[in-house]
Amino acid sequence: MRLTCPLCGERDRREFYYYGAEDYLHRPSEGAPLSEWDSYLHLRDNVAGVVRDLWYHEAGCAQWLVVTRNTVTHEISGVELVAERAK
Amino acid sequence: MTQSHRIAGGQIDRTKTLRFSFDGLPYQGHPGDTLASALLANGVRLMGRSFKYHRPRGPISAGSEEPNALVELRTGARQEPNTRATVAELFDGLEAKSQNRWPSLRFDAMGINDRLSTFFAAGFYYKTFMWPKSFWEKLYEPIIRRAAGLGSVTREEDPDAYDKGFLHCDLLVIGAGPAGLMAALTAGRAGKRVILADEDFRMGGRLNAETFTVGHATGADWAAATVAELATLPNVRLMTRTTVIGAFDHGIYGAVERVSDHLPTPAKGKPRQILWRIYTHRAILAGGATERPIAFENNDRPGIMLSGALRAYANRWGVKVGERVAVFTNNDDGLRTAKDLQAKGVDVVAVIDSRQAGELLPGIRHLQGAEVIDTTGRLGLKSITVRQANGRSEIIAVDALGLSGGWNPNVNIHSHHRSRPVYDAGITAFVPGRDGPPGLLVAGAAAGQMSTHAALKTGLDAAVAALELSIGPDLPEAEDAPIRITPLWHVAHGKGRAWIDQQNDVTDKDVKLAKQENFTSVEHLKRYTTLGMATDQGKTGNVIGLAIMAELTGRSIPETGTTIYRPPYTPVALGVLAGRSRGKEFRPYRLTPSHHWAREQGAVFVEVGNWLRTQWIPKPGETEWRQSVDREVLATRRSVGICDVTTLGKIDIQGTDAGAFLDRIYANTFSTLPVGKCRYGLMLREDGIVFDDGTTARMGEHEYVMTTTTANAVTVFRHLEFCRQCLWPEMDVQLISTTEAWAQFSVAGPNARKLLEKVVDQDISDAAFPYMAAGNITVCGGLRARLFRISFSGELAYEIAVPTRYGDALLREMLARGAEYDPIVYGTEALGVMRVEKGHVAGGELNGQSTALNMGLGRMVSKKKDSIGMVLSQREGLTDENGYRLVGVKPVDPNAKLTAGSHFLEKGAAPVAANDGGWLTSKVYSPHLGHDIALGYLKAGDKKIGQRMRIVNLLAGLDTEVEIISPHMFDPEGERLRG
Repeated sequence: MRLTCPLCGERDRREFYYYGAEDYLHRPSEGAPLSEWDSYLHLRDNVAGVVRDLWYHEAGCAQWLVVTRNTVTHEISGVELVAERAK
Repeated sequence: MTQSHRIAGGQIDRTKTLRFSFDGLPYQGHPGDTLASALLANGVRLMGRSFKYHRPRGPISAGSEEPNALVELRTGARQEPNTRATVAELFDGLEAKSQNRWPSLRFDAMGINDRLSTFFAAGFYYKTFMWPKSFWEKLYEPIIRRAAGLGSVTREEDPDAYDKGFLHCDLLVIGAGPAGLMAALTAGRAGKRVILADEDFRMGGRLNAETFTVGHATGADWAAATVAELATLPNVRLMTRTTVIGAFDHGIYGAVERVSDHLPTPAKGKPRQILWRIYTHRAILAGGATERPIAFENNDRPGIMLSGALRAYANRWGVKVGERVAVFTNNDDGLRTAKDLQAKGVDVVAVIDSRQAGELLPGIRHLQGAEVIDTTGRLGLKSITVRQANGRSEIIAVDALGLSGGWNPNVNIHSHHRSRPVYDAGITAFVPGRDGPPGLLVAGAAAGQMSTHAALKTGLDAAVAALELSIGPDLPEAEDAPIRITPLWHVAHGKGRAWIDQQNDVTDKDVKLAKQENFTSVEHLKRYTTLGMATDQGKTGNVIGLAIMAELTGRSIPETGTTIYRPPYTPVALGVLAGRSRGKEFRPYRLTPSHHWAREQGAVFVEVGNWLRTQWIPKPGETEWRQSVDREVLATRRSVGICDVTTLGKIDIQGTDAGAFLDRIYANTFSTLPVGKCRYGLMLREDGIVFDDGTTARMGEHEYVMTTTTANAVTVFRHLEFCRQCLWPEMDVQLISTTEAWAQFSVAGPNARKLLEKVVDQDISDAAFPYMAAGNITVCGGLRARLFRISFSGELAYEIAVPTRYGDALLREMLARGAEYDPIVYGTEALGVMRVEKGHVAGGELNGQSTALNMGLGRMVSKKKDSIGMVLSQREGLTDENGYRLVGVKPVDPNAKLTAGSHFLEKGAAPVAANDGGWLTSKVYSPHLGHDIALGYLKAGDKKIGQRMRIVNLLAGLDTEVEIISPHMFDPEGERLRG
């Protein structure tokens, strides 16, 4: 598996750490009900198709990335810096 | 022995003779031979016994698809089972043995299985060993395990090295037959970076086995000339003996190069094999095709082989497999074998052609509309029974029979991403389907392009298309014969068995049984009969099996479909997958700055995370580890001890929001920490469970230094980056891991300050550097350093850090300058004793399941601010008043032993889960208290201080009365550390 890091270019999967769904970007705000925390931490769809995941270029530039990939074809259709999205 | 079956020609070096043995008998061959070709040259057809029925078998192929001729090579530690004789390159001194037979290959006691075959049909195991259930483990499985398997493995350690390597190219060409060579030539001349890989030791593919001409040369000479040209191109890498084993995601191909298997032992410094990872966006599969046999009764005798293999042995290796040869074919390719053999002077006694019409071979007895229906010759073919077009049967004495049922494109690698092959009725075979691995094109016979001309042309075209070239080289002239085939999979005749999958002993009867029991889908057929499940993945048998199923069910072959293949293309030694990751090199380990000093002292080391740390340092006369550890603890508490704590994670955190950032990271508050001070911090996971702990110091207004546990150094840094980048990108905070940058030592004990004063340049008196102070200092006259007045041991203690390369020197300097205080260096065991005495949590308590409340640190979680895990640490299930609490434990009888992992029980309670009160997390012997002490999690433990309970360990047979005490078992008031 290869990922194209926006900073480092096309690199081996072994350089990256997989965290989980993009949902982790949306931490509940203060005062949110517990059900929202439950959903944030635990409830995930199991998609056969396009998913957006958080990856971390641990053995590279230490950037967190949003990777768009297809769980059926394994095609990677996008890799973005989380830091860029926030701007 | 003479090479009785050697004939003229071939690509072997007759000027050199190689000696080898098979089952102890000596033979001779030549460089260029395989073990199979050399044995056949010596008239040896019998090479193995089949898996299930122990039928005598010889090779049916001349390549990697071989299901039968599996042998053991070499002896001793290098003994290797299940090696295909058809691809084992001959070398001088090779020792080979047959396998799966006892006492000998010619007489095999297990051959009785063949007579009992009615009992061993498909599904036999599933049906027979069902009951009684208890018999499976004790009786059936051991017996089956003993009978199963083919060769035997050596019990000795593999003496050879295996490597892994990485390659990048513009175009990977898989297979160096006419299509692959033409593709490589096209890309190579265009200046592209090309890798051409072929499993054979000689490139050329079928060109080496045929008598075709390419251009003005023989096919083999054209191949040699093309390889020679490619070898001159610096942008082309030629890899013989290299099998591409699979296509993986995103343009990664795995390949195994057998660097040394053709040598008695690897050359000095060379690996036996290399696992290559080849990265490329474009690849061409030019893997050729595999011939398939025709199924009929007793079609598995030694001497019966694929017609193309007979031709290959004659043309490439100068070997006639038999003195009297017949060919059974359903297509023109079989006729080619008859012509080639006849031209070589071999006696071709008959061609049995299942087709009714077509070209008649001149000068050969060519029986059209005929079929072979049976054979004789248990240890080697003696005769065949032919049913002629007029219905009459005739027995013909032959000792070799070639079978040609058509050729199957080697679609394997193309189907590794689950692309289903599609049926091409024109060649009666499956060809690559749609949606193969992205960037992989298929050329030549692998694409169903069977003629030499078509192979050359599609190879060229594929390279031009893959690399978007404007033009390729001129195509040399070559034969372009059409495929003339009338499908015949199976001769329906008689009651005997016709073998389909020879490696797994699957017969036509098994397919019929599968049909009868309604396992008619190809996937069910495969699992029920084991068709295609052997190490050859059914390269020669699969299509016949499913064609028979199609016949039986009245469906067409496309309707029946085919199974797909998975990596590896051919079997791979586990050693090459492991590579260098063996023994001590299984994974890398790291050495602390004090490692060399400690080794000089004879220290005992322990793996902690990926570090090797000093566990204890025995002194002369100490025979028990406890003697050393007790001494280290007592000496530290009496005077001063030094411990290397470099392995703790260190993270520099800077920025105007550094304090606010840490307030959100830690459960407690850091923004209020004064500059020059440090504080113990507790870090939670978002689900409210304790993640990590450590002290963090404020070195400046906007600068903190965090320490983490050794085990979590990497994960905490990752977590901080996640929080910084993903959760709070608006914060001005920057992080860098400095774990490797600083060597850090704990200096602990009543004389710790006095010792440090010998090396530290600044005033570190209690007034100048009080408890929990932190600061930048210099040591030994100017070397920059950091000092933290923190204590894990409960003593007056400091941690001092210097740039890593000075760690060894600082340790030696401290020991030398502070010699008057008798400093000792203590290891992780003494460290553990002292922290348990103080009731500090560590690995056993930070177990990923415990909360701050469990640890007695509930008040550290500030609810005045948002922090990671704060909200969920307060949820119902985690705030139970009677939940687990950290307690100290001591035995009522000071001589009684405690063990970690033991469980708390009330007195008189039965040792069952319902009565479980909790467990001991850490246990040590305290030399101060003179007995074992422990920490543990006990339900409502904070309310049970002073009570007596039992700790029970059923595994160790322990049931000990204990007293529950405060976890702070040594100097509970903390007077010593403020000293």
